[in-house]
Amino acid sequence: MKAKNQRLVLAALAVLAVVAAGLLALSALKDQASFFYAPSDVKRGGLPLGRSVRLGGMVQAGSIKRAPDGVTIRFVVTDNAATVPVTFSGIAPDLFREKSGVVAEGQFQPDGSFLATNLLAKHDEKYMPPQVAGKMHETKSLER
Amino acid sequence: MIAEAGLAALWFAAALAALQLAMAWIAIGKSKSDHPELIEGLSYSSAEKGSASTSSARPEIVDALMNAVRPVAFVQGLLVLLAMSCLIAVFVRSDMSVLLVAENSHSDKPLLYKFAGAWGNHEGSMLLWVTILGLAGGAVALMEHRLERRTLVATLGAQAAIALGFYAFLLFASNPFARLDPPPPDGQGLNPLLQDPGLAFHPPTLYVGYVGLSVAFSFAVGALVTRDVGPAFARAMRPWVLGAWIFLTVGITAGSYWAYYELGWGGWWFWDPVENASLMPWLAATALLHSVTVLATRDGLRAWTIMLAVVAFSMSMIGTFLVRSGILTSVHAFAVDPARGMFILALLGIYIGGALALFALRVGTVRAGSTFELVSREGGLVANNLLLSVILGLVLIGTLYPLVAAMFGVQLSVGAPFFDKTIGPIALALVAVMMAGPLLRWRRDDASALLGRLTVPVGVAGAALIVLAALGGGIGVLPLLGLAFAAGLAAASVAPLWKRNLLRAPLFTWGMVIAHLGIAVSLAGMACDTAFKSETLVAARVGVPYHVGPYTVRFAGITPRIGDNWSALEARLVAQRGDGAPFILRPQSRFFSTPPTTTNETAIATKLDGQLYTVLGQPDDQGRWQLRLWWKPFVTLIWAGGALIAIGGALSLLGRLRRERRAALREEWA
Repeated sequence: MKAKNQRLVLAALAVLAVVAAGLLALSALKDQASFFYAPSDVKRGGLPLGRSVRLGGMVQAGSIKRAPDGVTIRFVVTDNAATVPVTFSGIAPDLFREKSGVVAEGQFQPDGSFLATNLLAKHDEKYMPPQVAGKMHETKSLER
Repeated sequence: MIAEAGLAALWFAAALAALQLAMAWIAIGKSKSDHPELIEGLSYSSAEKGSASTSSARPEIVDALMNAVRPVAFVQGLLVLLAMSCLIAVFVRSDMSVLLVAENSHSDKPLLYKFAGAWGNHEGSMLLWVTILGLAGGAVALMEHRLERRTLVATLGAQAAIALGFYAFLLFASNPFARLDPPPPDGQGLNPLLQDPGLAFHPPTLYVGYVGLSVAFSFAVGALVTRDVGPAFARAMRPWVLGAWIFLTVGITAGSYWAYYELGWGGWWFWDPVENASLMPWLAATALLHSVTVLATRDGLRAWTIMLAVVAFSMSMIGTFLVRSGILTSVHAFAVDPARGMFILALLGIYIGGALALFALRVGTVRAGSTFELVSREGGLVANNLLLSVILGLVLIGTLYPLVAAMFGVQLSVGAPFFDKTIGPIALALVAVMMAGPLLRWRRDDASALLGRLTVPVGVAGAALIVLAALGGGIGVLPLLGLAFAAGLAAASVAPLWKRNLLRAPLFTWGMVIAHLGIAVSLAGMACDTAFKSETLVAARVGVPYHVGPYTVRFAGITPRIGDNWSALEARLVAQRGDGAPFILRPQSRFFSTPPTTTNETAIATKLDGQLYTVLGQPDDQGRWQLRLWWKPFVTLIWAGGALIAIGGALSLLGRLRRERRAALREEWA
């Protein structure tokens, strides 16, 4: 192979690889990415059923209830415009508490509740998930 | 006074960086434009050619400038090291009149964390970053003797240009030495999650890797400026890339293990943006490592190697930007300050854009290297590079997509499902290429001969697949393929040593074998953990036994514990496997007072065939305690593999350096 041809072939391969990666990423992002929802999104746009998503908001005051099995908790996530009841089995993170930011990973159920497989609470006193902050700005519910 | 001394050292270092850049700029400019003959002359014998120039003292000035760049770079490295030492000193002395110390430290903290606390925050970690950058420049100035002098000067100039931007960032946007008046009685403490011996040394290790890639970047810029891209340049660059890559490997492996035992989630990789930020430079550096070998050995892939060097350090800077700008949904992001984010973004734009523009201008002057057939070692390495680049692209898209979407007002996040779906298959293809690559000959090879050499590895992989499919019903497709490919890769990795005198095989061949084996080991660990782990989540009563995997775990009670700056409730768990000897695990729920935080301290028992992983949760009102138990078969292989990869890299580095020393000695005697 001539040097120039080889360069062209290599460049073409690289372009092909990049395009393939882009297409793969796009198709996966379309149906695989776990999208971020706030309670009012669900109220507006309907339930995203059958796929893993994240639900973010504040834990409503007085809403945390422990189930008799000792490992399941139920609580309500709110963005002060709408609420979603959440069920979670597992060890809640240390900073999971009422009136505090939370991001739940899991799936919405047909009845409008959310079954969480993982909870991410804010990491320290200064930390608020930016998406939660963003959502709360949108709904004008974050008081500073 | 110490803080002021540190700040002064930082200013002086910044001034020296500016000087270094100016000197290199003038020296390169003069030697090129006014005295074309000097390009040749300076590198060989400047004295002869000096008389040929028209104007009088210029060659001597240029010569002096070129000679002075090295010491300036070295002193700049020392000064920034002094600044970092000052910061560590104020932390160790708990000098609360320094704002950073007051915000991030506490006089009760154990000495190790006062020390490490210096970089457990935004300003300190940026200073550490710049310190390593300065030291890397100093090391290049001190140790790099293979490179042509003009290229070296251009390289040091590029290194100074990078440093200058980050000095400006520190001095104008994140001064670590700012005072607080009046000083508070005590500090606010360090985030308890960061109070862990592993984490004390995790950031410096990663940073050495990140910033080590700046050397590759500067080499690439230097070589583009002086149009000196060839095998000699590649041989000079290789040890630096290899060194940075080893540190990145160690840093990522250690970070993964830290997240595994400290966060108490039982996972070893979360596709967290900050993890991705460390993975992306590693992927680029891995590709660079392989392409630089093609350039050094066969003089191929010239432009591509330069491009990769630019990309690798760009990834380091993007990583720094992602972590330090605080724009991410991540457990790592401590600084939420848009001004700083914009500053780093501007630096990013200047350096990456500048380097790419230089590349575009000069790539035409980089002559095409020597050619090769499709089926050849070079062909295998090109495939490796393409696949690594695709993986890099996917990680980059997955990490940046939420940020770009946020700019258009869409809040979303990309998680593990995306990465598993897209990267899993490509990683397996990469493993397949890895099996074939080392068994290929340089320049041209025969496809049927290759298939012959691959019989045993492919047979091993096939056998593993059949056995696993028959025995382990119900394991997913990806872990199943992962295990089969790992078996095949392990067989293929050791093949280059097959029927060879093991003692006479070169050290860098051993390095490659061990590093590739490490990938197989790590892959096997990931697949085993995904496929075979078992988990039990209970509200435990004292005295009741629970089962997880092959173990019976009895909850024996809770006792309080007091540490240096924490108090804890500690569970006593008695674990037993069949009729084996029982042993005790003590997971804790630990409470830190400054800042007020609770952490779960996991208790992990490491066995030959896996780990028993236990986490203590909260009590309920009936006196039960939440317990989360995992049996994770062969999970330790993940990090053992990472260690093997790093050891392989170290052997390879040693082998290359030794061979070079021998060659240099031979030259001297000849």
